[in-house]
Amino acid sequence: MRRFLAVLAAVVAALIGTTQPAAACAGLIGPNGAVNLLRTSTFAGYHDGVEHYVTAFKFAGGSGQFGSLIPLPGIPSSVEKGGDWTLQRLIRETTPAKEAVFFRSVGAPLAADAQVILQVRIDALDITVLKGGGAEVGRWATDHGFRLPPAAPEVLDFYAARSPIFLAAVFDADAAKARGQRIGDGTPVHITIPTANPWVPLRILALGKNGEDRIDADVYLLTDQRPALLPYPFANGMRLDHSAPATVSLLTDLRSDKGMDWIPQSGWLTKVAIEASASQLTYDLAVDVKGASPSRVAAGLEAPASAPAPSKPNADTVALVGIALAALGAIVLLRRSQTVSA
Amino acid sequence: MILRTFVALALAALAAGACAPANAALPTNIGIRIHYSRFDQTKIEVPMGVPVTFTLVNDDPIEHEWLIGDEAFHARHRTGTEAVHGDRPNEVSLPPFATKTTTLTFDKPGALTFICHFPQHEAYGMVGVVMVTPG
Repeated sequence: MRRFLAVLAAVVAALIGTTQPAAACAGLIGPNGAVNLLRTSTFAGYHDGVEHYVTAFKFAGGSGQFGSLIPLPGIPSSVEKGGDWTLQRLIRETTPAKEAVFFRSVGAPLAADAQVILQVRIDALDITVLKGGGAEVGRWATDHGFRLPPAAPEVLDFYAARSPIFLAAVFDADAAKARGQRIGDGTPVHITIPTANPWVPLRILALGKNGEDRIDADVYLLTDQRPALLPYPFANGMRLDHSAPATVSLLTDLRSDKGMDWIPQSGWLTKVAIEASASQLTYDLAVDVKGASPSRVAAGLEAPASAPAPSKPNADTVALVGIALAALGAIVLLRRSQTVSA
Repeated sequence: MILRTFVALALAALAAGACAPANAALPTNIGIRIHYSRFDQTKIEVPMGVPVTFTLVNDDPIEHEWLIGDEAFHARHRTGTEAVHGDRPNEVSLPPFATKTTTLTFDKPGALTFICHFPQHEAYGMVGVVMVTPG
């Protein structure tokens, strides 16, 4: 309940603090350069060599266009509207509540151009998947009317050296209003990524923030078995909140949501909470779904040995659970609607 | 990209050698590179009373600007409303991967600062000082 109230308070504060449209799971830069951050909840599940990533972009009022640029571990095979309750169900699963205790007792088991790869519109959200280096993707964003935070060039290069795939998500607030979306309405997005490279970018959450700015995020991982995570042990604002076999009821509920029929019959649920200052987030989360040795490169602890190549589908390879935490991470973009100096 | 930067800065250095300033100890052609939203030079000494040419190289995929002046000048720009500069030699807009030159003659000794006033850029560290020294 305390967590729920914290989430609720963060959302309310964000809604009060800004009249701009917001990518709910991303940092947001307002016209005055101030950063407003909603607590993020994202889901990254891995099964049969495929990463399934679900996040939501929430409409927070206002007009104009805001968006996020998100590093991905590989080329998505599909980007589509996500289910309606997946994220909410995960939050309920790992949030202590009296009802949960009651139900448990009933018998539920514990448990340069950048290359445009794909473009899709989901409700008021325009999504473009790009392939390119940091400079190319940055230029694409600039050419399309966005202004990136000053740290973006270095961070784009950092991620492009690991995977040259990015997802640009633009939220059109005017279109949202025209569609009748109300403040707080979310647009869930489900990204499917065949990939063999486990990584969950966290460092990118600090982009556009001052060192002392707070970053709050929840990452839900669903894997076939208990994963190994890196950095480990957890520190610097990263905390393991939940690690247990996924309950049958959770899997059943998730499987019944739109586009979630891939959910396996059994799995391991991990929840990693990020409550850090921006200066603490100098790492990413690497995951080895077979419980072996996560990549130090993927965790951002070592530089890649050579130029990267996009991940290719490989069901035999040790999997990944990370995805670029799209909404979670996300390089924040802002349409150039305001001027900057006299 | 790196090669282009080096060529631009090398040309600036060659020009500096070819044009001996009144105060031979101080350069009149200066190259400043912007990479990862940082100026590669943040403390520069120039002679007073002679033209000084700055070659500004933006290596980033994002826009920057190079505005030089006193504190009152910067106070105005911090709250300003002009999106693009270009008409004044002490106000240079730098699109992504752009190289521009500007020539200034400083008529008073003392310190001036150069800053990028795009949102958050000054706080990120895009600040430098030009010390104008009598020749």
